[in-house]
Amino acid sequence: MWQQLTPALRMMIIFTVLTGLVYPGVITGLAQLIFSRQANGSLVSRNARIVGSELLGQSFTKPEYFHGRPSAAGDINENDASASGGSNLGPTSQKLIDRVRASVADIRKSNPDATGALPGDSVTAWGSGLVPHISPATAELLVARVARARAASPDAIRQFVQQHTERRDFGVLGEPRVNVLALNLALDERLPVKH
Amino acid sequence: MTSMGLLQIGLYFLVLLLLTKPLGAFMARVYNGERTFLHPLFRPLERMIYKLSGVSEDVEQRWTQYAGALLAFSFVSFLFVYLLQRLQGWLPLNPVGFGAKQATPDLSFNTAVSFMTNTNWQAYGGEVTLSYLSQMAALTVQNFVSAGAGIAVAIALTRGFARRQMGTIGNFWVDLTRGTLYILLPLSLIGALFLCSQGVVQNFSPYQEVTTLEGGKQTIPGGPAASQISIKQLGTNGGGFFNSNSSHPFENPTPSSNFLQTLYILLIPAALTYTFGVMVKDTRQGWAMFAAMSLLFFAGLALCYSSEQAGNPILAGLGVQTEPTDSQSGGNMEGKEVRHGIASSALWAVATTAASNGSVNSMHDSYTPLGGLALLFNIESGEVIFGGVGAGLYGMLLFAILAVFIAGLMVGRTPEYLGKKIESEEVKMAMLALIACAASILVFTAVSSIVEFPKDSYWNPPGAGTANLNNGGPHGLAEILYAYSSGAGNNGSAFAGMNVNTPWYNLTIGLAMLIGRFLIIIPMLAVAGSLAAKKLVPATSGTLPTHGPLFVGLLAGTVVVVGALTFFPVLSLTPIVEHFLMHQGKVF
Repeated sequence: MWQQLTPALRMMIIFTVLTGLVYPGVITGLAQLIFSRQANGSLVSRNARIVGSELLGQSFTKPEYFHGRPSAAGDINENDASASGGSNLGPTSQKLIDRVRASVADIRKSNPDATGALPGDSVTAWGSGLVPHISPATAELLVARVARARAASPDAIRQFVQQHTERRDFGVLGEPRVNVLALNLALDERLPVKH
Repeated sequence: MTSMGLLQIGLYFLVLLLLTKPLGAFMARVYNGERTFLHPLFRPLERMIYKLSGVSEDVEQRWTQYAGALLAFSFVSFLFVYLLQRLQGWLPLNPVGFGAKQATPDLSFNTAVSFMTNTNWQAYGGEVTLSYLSQMAALTVQNFVSAGAGIAVAIALTRGFARRQMGTIGNFWVDLTRGTLYILLPLSLIGALFLCSQGVVQNFSPYQEVTTLEGGKQTIPGGPAASQISIKQLGTNGGGFFNSNSSHPFENPTPSSNFLQTLYILLIPAALTYTFGVMVKDTRQGWAMFAAMSLLFFAGLALCYSSEQAGNPILAGLGVQTEPTDSQSGGNMEGKEVRHGIASSALWAVATTAASNGSVNSMHDSYTPLGGLALLFNIESGEVIFGGVGAGLYGMLLFAILAVFIAGLMVGRTPEYLGKKIESEEVKMAMLALIACAASILVFTAVSSIVEFPKDSYWNPPGAGTANLNNGGPHGLAEILYAYSSGAGNNGSAFAGMNVNTPWYNLTIGLAMLIGRFLIIIPMLAVAGSLAAKKLVPATSGTLPTHGPLFVGLLAGTVVVVGALTFFPVLSLTPIVEHFLMHQGKVF
């Protein structure tokens, strides 16, 4: 083993340069050239001011907005996209059951029309805690409230939801989902809240 | 299970199957030193690497020299990763300003072992611990070379079966270089660019602070993520750029990026079965391996997917919908992403645990008990269901040795595999590897679940070993079991609620990773050396054919029986009992 240490050290240096510096450097160069918007975080701006990333969820609390999924835990701030994580609570965890029970009550309170079984994603936490997506069923649940807050008809809001529903890729991959950030931005622009 | 979900799984497996032969054949050419279409591009670079490192390409090594080279390289790797982390505060490419305070000695030890052994266990949170330089020059490099080393061992063992009366099994430096240059680099490049197109970040900018729609502050992280994510999937490494790994929208933003990443998990391990077939000059032998692996893969997937889709009856009782419809996924959505839903999450979870990858796109800790059981069993059966790059093949060959040994015992004949007599040397080495791995999982789990430390002690500040858990009852024990299984299996995924970033866990999980890597590799290289020296025994009517359904069943059966005999007691105390408790509505 010991006489192999010299080639080991040299190989390590060569591969560090090749795969640790050249490779990410080349990818960064190409990505900045071809996909510069995506490579820099798919930022969205409004009035020439960056308000977030279309891939990242934000914390919404006002009634005129569609809200994201519940935050995983109290100590994770969903606005802090630099510290990600899920709740990691198991299926028989008292904490999980309590949290879901509270979420169910919350949704039923702020959306009195929601009387049936609630879509799973509306009351459970995501893996990363950072994503702007909700299921179309969850969006439908919130339509009535948003419509009231914006003094619009539910059908008008539904149209916006439709427009911001992302379909399965190639009709097969993934699940249909609504981008809450894009939807709220569009609502603010086209159906501003009257004060 | 929904028809759309089954369609996604079917499409996935079809693509994997179609790529197995072309990639496998290409890899066989690379490792046999034959010319490929990439040679005009990489051959000059390859020669230069040998020249600079003082390696003679044509000199082959005996198994002891091969193992020595691998150990020396791993040792140097460990030092590099450890020192880069500890010194990151004084090094460039550190816009956020991380230092040795974040990368403590025990955490850096754990991370260094973790990446050097191709485990990529994440006791660290990438975005709160490591500078961009540490991510690239320490972690990305190990993603390549630890994968390259893993494949090299599988190739060396394959040569052991293919060669007759030879003293050598190849040259480690050559195998390492070729795998990295001709296989890992080009595929990573393609993958990284595709991921960028989907929205994975790739920059050297500092984190940005923006004001959200409601006036809050949001931090948007950056970094060279795509380049690392591509290889972390391809090299079955799995260590994420961000803490929440491939559930993070900047690591895995779309269903398409998810498909590619899931494909990359199994791509090389599956193709290696074909490479094996080509190198032993009987591709049916490779397909038999592939078939046994697929059989076990689908068994795990069926259990995991159906259980996740059925969901959690306790939550259903609170008014949560578990039936899928066109507009929502149903099932158990805790810890899963809306864009992936149940099918893509379960498929990823099974692939990543089958393949010792360990990256996640959903949180395994929040899986239903039987869903989690499938994942635990995948890891504990030795990471041979496709398995890690290289590691899966040499692990499955270990089971093949056991399978023919068991079959030989039943009929009272000296077992043979691929024309080589399997004798006491080979069986002893196979058993050594199996027992070392299983013992490290069970012993460490047992010790950690009873060990006591004073509160705020250096070794484990939360106190007793169980004070680090995020869940009570059987699920708590499952968190500890999963941690050591993942370490010894060199998987790297976690029941991540448990706080493992303490000196006690960093050290013991680090040891489990070392045992799980080297106490398999060294015995397997010894087997390679011993087999290469043997002469070929002509097949007779008494020889068990190892390419038919009988052997496929025997091989898969051996994996299940050995895994079940070893782990059934502890699994019955964890997911199995939790399953029944969940259905009774018992919570902890």
